[in-house]
Amino acid sequence: MAYSEKVMDHFRNPRNVGEMKDPDGVGKVGNPVCGDIMELYIKVKDDTIVDAKFQTLGCGAAIATSSMVTEMVKGQKLEDALKISNSMVAEALGGLPSQKMHCSVLAEEALQSAISDYRNKKGIK
Amino acid sequence: MGRIYLDNNATTPVRPEVAEALGRMLKGCYGNPSTLYCIGQEAHVEMEHARDVMAGILGCNREEVIFTSGGTESDNIAVLGVARANRKKGNHIITTKIEHHAVLNPCKALEKEGWQVTYLPVDKYGMVNPEDVERSITPGTVLISIMHANNEVGTIQPIAETGKMARARRITFHTDAVQSFGKLSVNVNELGVDLLSASSHKIYGPKGVGLLYVRKGTKILPIMFGGHQERSLRPGTENVPGVVGFGKAAELMAAEGRSEEARLLKLRERLWEGIKANVPHVKLNGHPTARLAGTLNVIFEYVEGESIILSLDEHGICASSGSACTSDALEPSHVLAAMGVPPEKSHGALRMSFGRENTEEDVDKVLEALPKVVEKLRSFSPIYKDFLKQQTA
Repeated sequence: MAYSEKVMDHFRNPRNVGEMKDPDGVGKVGNPVCGDIMELYIKVKDDTIVDAKFQTLGCGAAIATSSMVTEMVKGQKLEDALKISNSMVAEALGGLPSQKMHCSVLAEEALQSAISDYRNKKGIK
Repeated sequence: MGRIYLDNNATTPVRPEVAEALGRMLKGCYGNPSTLYCIGQEAHVEMEHARDVMAGILGCNREEVIFTSGGTESDNIAVLGVARANRKKGNHIITTKIEHHAVLNPCKALEKEGWQVTYLPVDKYGMVNPEDVERSITPGTVLISIMHANNEVGTIQPIAETGKMARARRITFHTDAVQSFGKLSVNVNELGVDLLSASSHKIYGPKGVGLLYVRKGTKILPIMFGGHQERSLRPGTENVPGVVGFGKAAELMAAEGRSEEARLLKLRERLWEGIKANVPHVKLNGHPTARLAGTLNVIFEYVEGESIILSLDEHGICASSGSACTSDALEPSHVLAAMGVPPEKSHGALRMSFGRENTEEDVDKVLEALPKVVEKLRSFSPIYKDFLKQQTA
C-alpha cells in the first residue's frame, strides 16, 4: 500500500482545517470504534457553499479526503455539491489504495450530512 | 536527514558480518548440500555448522533442528503437522488469543476440518495464566501452542511453567519464539517445549529462512511432500546461503549475551519516560517488567496510529502501529483487544521497537518530533476537541 503524492500533500498540509464559528451546516460521520471520525462545517450564502472547514480523527486517507472535499465544495451550488461522490474525491487525490476507499465514502457522507443539516435548519426539505 | 529505524520487531537490518557470509556463499558455494561431490559437501559443512550453532543455543541435538523458510512456515508445520499426526488421539488444540496469525490461522483452518480450538484469554498486560492452560485440557488435547514473547506488546509468557505441566500431562507443547530467539534464553529443556519456531530476519539475518526445533520422538507429519531434506519434514533443497546467514546472525547474538538487552532496555525506558513527560494522555501497553527489552507499545489517545506513523516518517522515523488501518482487515489489533483495550483507544497505538543500530541520540530525536506530531494531529481531532470541552464544562 502506498499513498499518492497528492494524498501525502493533503495529509501533511491539510487545507481548511479547524473548527468553524457559527457554521450553517455540520456533518458528523464515522465513529471512534472504527478509528475514523469526520466533522465537516459549511457556510452557505445564496444556495452556495462559501466556506468549508473540517476536523478529522483518522488515518492518512481520512485526513487527506477531508481536506480535499473542503477544497472541492467551496464555491459550489448546494445542488452541485451534492453530486460530489466518493470516487470523485479519491480521483482528485490521484487515487486511493483499495482498502482505503471507505475513507472517501466518509468524506461523501460528511458532505451530504452537512448539507442536509443546513437544509433542516432552514426548513428546506 | 538520518533515518531512525524503530521497527525492529517487524524486521531488522542485516548485519555486515552476516552480509559478508551471505555474499561468500552466493559467490563461491553453490553446491547442493544433498550431493556427494566436493562442492556439495562444502555446502553441507557450512549448513551443518549453522545447525550446530542453533543446537547450541537451543540446548538440543543437531538432528532436532529443521531449517524452514521462516517463522510462518515453522508455525504451520508445528500446528498442522502435530494435528495431522495425532488425529486418532484427539481433536483439541489449546492456544491463545494473542498469537501471531501464523499460529491463529492454521488453527482456524483446522477448525474447519472439525478440530476444536481453545483460544485462551490474557490479562490486561497480555499475560496468559498457566492455570487456564491446565484447566482447558481435555482427554482429546493433542497440542498446546503459546508464543514466548508477543510481537506487538512484547509481553513474555511463563513458558517454563506451562512446559512442566504439559510434559507431566504428555501433551505436545509448541512455542512461537520468533521474537525471543537470540534475545532471551530459549533452552528447550528449561522451557519444556517439544517444538519451537524461530526466524532469521528478526535477529539481523536474511529474510526467507527460519527454523523449527522438533524434540526427538514428537509425533509430527510434514505438510509439504518431496525429498528427504530436513528429515522429510521440510522437503526441498535448503536455502543454504540463508541458513548460513541465519547461523552467523544467531552466533553473533549468542556471543553478545545479555549486554545488548541491558542497552536496549535503557533506550526504551529513556523514550517512555520522555513520552510520559512530554505528551499528555498516553498509556503503556504490555507487561511492566516481563517484556522484551526493545519493545515499547504506547496508546496516544484522541489520535489514530497510522496518521502518527505517516507524520513520523516525515521526520525520518520508522515505527509501526497496532492499528487496523495498516492492514487490509481494518480491524483493530487482536492482541490489544484480548488485553481489554477498547477499539477506540487501540486505534491510537504506536509500536516502537529498538535494535542494535539505535542510540540515545535517536531517542532524543524521537522525543523532539513525537510530541509535535501528536499535538498537531490532536489539534484537528474532533474527539480531542470534545474531550477539551468536557474538561472546561
